[in-house]
Amino acid sequence: MELFIAQILTGLANASSLFLVACGLSLIFGVTRIVNFAHGSLYMIGAYTGYTLMQVLPGAIGFWGAILLSGVAVGIVGVLIEMLVLRPVYKAPELFQLVATFGVILVIQDLALMIWGPEDLLGPRAPGLRGVVRIMGEPIPKYDIALLVITPVIALALWYLMTKTRMGVLVRAATQDREMVGALGVNQAWLFTGVFALGSALAGLGGALQLPKGGADLLMDFNILAPVFVVVVIGGMGSLPGAYLAAIIISVLNVFGVTYLPQSTLVLMFVVMIVVLMIRPYGLFGREEVAGEHGQVGEPERPIKPASPKVRGIIVTGLCALALLPVVGSTYSLVFVTDMLIFCLFAASLHFLLGTGGLVSFGHAAYFGGGAYVAALLITYSNTPMELTFMLAPIGAGLVALVIGWVCLRLTGVYFAMLTLAFAQLVWSLVFQWGAVTGGDDGLVNIWPAEWLKPTVVYFYFALIFSVCGILLMRHVQHSPFGYALRAARDSQRQAEATGINTRQIQLIAFGFAGFMGGIAGALFVFSKGSVFPNELEIARSFDALIVVFLGGVKTLAGGVVGAGFFKGLEETLLRFEYWRLLMGILIIFIVIAAPEGIAGSLRKLGERLGLKKVEDQ
Amino acid sequence: MKRNTFLKGLLGSLAFGSLSLGTALYASDAIVVGEINHYKRMAAFAGPYKQGIELGLEEINAAGGVNGRPLEFIFRDDQGEPGEAVKIAEELMTREGAVMLTGTILSNVGLAISSFAAEKGYVYLASEPLADGLVWGSGNAYTFRLRASTYMQAAMLAEAAAKTDAVKYATIAPNYAYGKDAVAAFKSALTALRPDVEFVAEQWPGVFKIDAGAEVQALERAKPDAIYNVTFGADLAKLVREGTDRGLFEGRNVYGLLSGEPEYLDPLGDEAPEGWVVTGYPWYDLKDGAAGDFVKAYQAKYDDYPRIGSLVGYMTAQSIAAALSRAGSTESEAIRAAFEGLKLSTPMGEIEYRQIDNQSTAGAYVGKTTVRDGKGVMVDWEYKDGADYLPSDDVVRSLRPAD
Repeated sequence: MELFIAQILTGLANASSLFLVACGLSLIFGVTRIVNFAHGSLYMIGAYTGYTLMQVLPGAIGFWGAILLSGVAVGIVGVLIEMLVLRPVYKAPELFQLVATFGVILVIQDLALMIWGPEDLLGPRAPGLRGVVRIMGEPIPKYDIALLVITPVIALALWYLMTKTRMGVLVRAATQDREMVGALGVNQAWLFTGVFALGSALAGLGGALQLPKGGADLLMDFNILAPVFVVVVIGGMGSLPGAYLAAIIISVLNVFGVTYLPQSTLVLMFVVMIVVLMIRPYGLFGREEVAGEHGQVGEPERPIKPASPKVRGIIVTGLCALALLPVVGSTYSLVFVTDMLIFCLFAASLHFLLGTGGLVSFGHAAYFGGGAYVAALLITYSNTPMELTFMLAPIGAGLVALVIGWVCLRLTGVYFAMLTLAFAQLVWSLVFQWGAVTGGDDGLVNIWPAEWLKPTVVYFYFALIFSVCGILLMRHVQHSPFGYALRAARDSQRQAEATGINTRQIQLIAFGFAGFMGGIAGALFVFSKGSVFPNELEIARSFDALIVVFLGGVKTLAGGVVGAGFFKGLEETLLRFEYWRLLMGILIIFIVIAAPEGIAGSLRKLGERLGLKKVEDQ
Repeated sequence: MKRNTFLKGLLGSLAFGSLSLGTALYASDAIVVGEINHYKRMAAFAGPYKQGIELGLEEINAAGGVNGRPLEFIFRDDQGEPGEAVKIAEELMTREGAVMLTGTILSNVGLAISSFAAEKGYVYLASEPLADGLVWGSGNAYTFRLRASTYMQAAMLAEAAAKTDAVKYATIAPNYAYGKDAVAAFKSALTALRPDVEFVAEQWPGVFKIDAGAEVQALERAKPDAIYNVTFGADLAKLVREGTDRGLFEGRNVYGLLSGEPEYLDPLGDEAPEGWVVTGYPWYDLKDGAAGDFVKAYQAKYDDYPRIGSLVGYMTAQSIAAALSRAGSTESEAIRAAFEGLKLSTPMGEIEYRQIDNQSTAGAYVGKTTVRDGKGVMVDWEYKDGADYLPSDDVVRSLRPAD
């Protein structure tokens, strides 16, 4: 019993930072509808700033003052981010701002490395709060007690701010219907900036508050991101009480998980999220999203048309040039282009789901890595001939996609996206944990193609044929009746249903098809590298694809491929610089601002404006 | 459909780039070695390691280089991604004119390069990755490993543990391959020496995601006599802080794998744990002989003290120079043959790349932690030769696929 209570107290203390960061994210999402990936970075800045300030300011007052000041400082950083990066892109298609925040992450990572150096910083102790208090004989650190008091105070202050002040009224009104708030004469721009500043300040506060329990390091931005998103989703996006309750549930459950099921630490929170979303599709306190809210922001998409003869000519010429690469290029250029082709196919398969299907999947790596793992497992355990394996791998990935799609498709919007993320994490942790079969993070090695495919040139043609055919096939499907039905389901589910389309079934098939294509990319990948590791199933891989699809342009048919090609080329060039993340981040932000319709979309527009292209060209 | 135009442009610039780069490189007569590491993702570790290599190169080239040619390293960042590392390995070998590969800290990246190297017939010296699989389960003829492996370092701690009368052990290790290997190795080495020990708890926090308070409560609940710790980095700091606060370590023997390395001990400052038996690198006490010379040279060059990574980097450069001069050629086969049974003297003493599994016999320093001048240090330390902590040849043969 004593231990039980001590464990609950530990969980509640752990919930503190999580709650602060999560409620900031929730606030920002509720009002601005921005999924702020950079929120973890703000938390990291808070921790580093707090650390620096605590070195300078003396004593207890200095300590607590430093925490408050870090909140303020990060709030100011938030204002800068909002005004410089996000304000220009509010009008862009849905979730496009997410790419901008991704650029911000990269920039902040390198800036933090420059300013604070690479070594982990151990957080200073809170003056006067070193040591433990015995509660029923169990030791509880004094600082935990302090957190147990502080968090509810901040939560109450937020509650007061939201329910009793004018700012709170505006924020709540904007969360419900921001256009109405704008129509009533509220200056939306400043409201957004204010909310972003408040959300950032809370993240900074969270970062500084956890210092005595840990410290500041360069990995903390990504490490906090997944739990925070889980908390926000479980609580219901935009709901502060929800975030509070969810932070407590996750933290307390985690403490018990650690004690009674130590191996569960990787998946526990994702399992909880899946269970909650199955029972309450919009989180504990979330409300159903208004239809269309996440649909067609910005310019409506144009009708798609088959490529004109001129464009086809250009493509064929380009492909011929590519096919001649072995004659003119070096071995390395073949390896590089093979990588690029595989990534293009992977991105195109996500683009198919996202662009044509309107299904924002945050877990597409499950099919890429899934295909790679199916191939690797078959080779390792059953000596299946490589050719057969290559055909079975995408089928395996497609089946995984069908199962995941079947569960996830009952949700929509951000909740759907988060559920796909949770399932991808489940697949990842299964592979990661089941070391006896999958090799855990030591992966599966020596997965090489059949003898005749081993020469780099032959494999290059192999990859070229499969990725180009795959991309063309997807394009063809987009023009087929199935593609039209899929787009109908995306644009108006009710009208599509009314015309007799079984939208759920159509979307499920699309999900399986995209997974299948992702699986081909994965199989191509594993045989080109000779090994596979859980990295290929990670969130980071899903985000890579997501970023390039948005960069390329969601509302164009070529977006995924263009974005992937561009991104890989950029990475190849920039990786040679020391501060490549900074450069990459700035470039991404620049593209987001300069080309709000993605690269392909904006180039198309530019072409039209210059009169180089007719309007119907893709 | 801008992709093709874009691709063509890119390829053009690529071809141009490779042309100019190629001519620039072949013009000089340096022997080039390709080094791949996680310079951004693990900056705190890769930085000192690179400095160690550069110090080694400086000395080697000042002494006339290798086979009359200067030795040069090309350093590349792989972002900690195995797929990316394989691509860079190909680029280094085919475009940059590297004669062999080295590098990586993360085991999975090391394993990816190792598999690739064997397939293509390139020599790869895995400098820092610790996974036992690199030379055993997934070992191959082209991969050599410098640093004392997980198994070797765990066996050193198990030997120390076996001398005490503790019987109930609890383990805490990050939930991934390295942690699992480290626990398995410690268990098997300790039970071999002391069949009466029992393991009463195993904790598996996610790597860099430790919930220290909860882990400490769980360990305390098992009431062990001794604790074996494998966590490192930020996780270690959190564990030490919570554990000290809550009195977990009082009256218990604690064994910490790698916990004594400056990379992990220094961030703890004056909160470093007292009395843990750890493997690490007590550079502050190394004054004489080759070990002391290295520390002095390093401090003179960089105005900073060496970390374990610096030493590994330095020994990497030494090993490669020795292998290349023994090979007398830059052909992969010759270098591979030269590495087998290669002997050289390093700051750690004489080491040998064993013929049987390509593992070097570099050992580790084992000692007790204490706080001195507000900093964690190792005292009563001893250098343990790696050769004494490897399984018997028969066991190694059974672990390793035939070459």
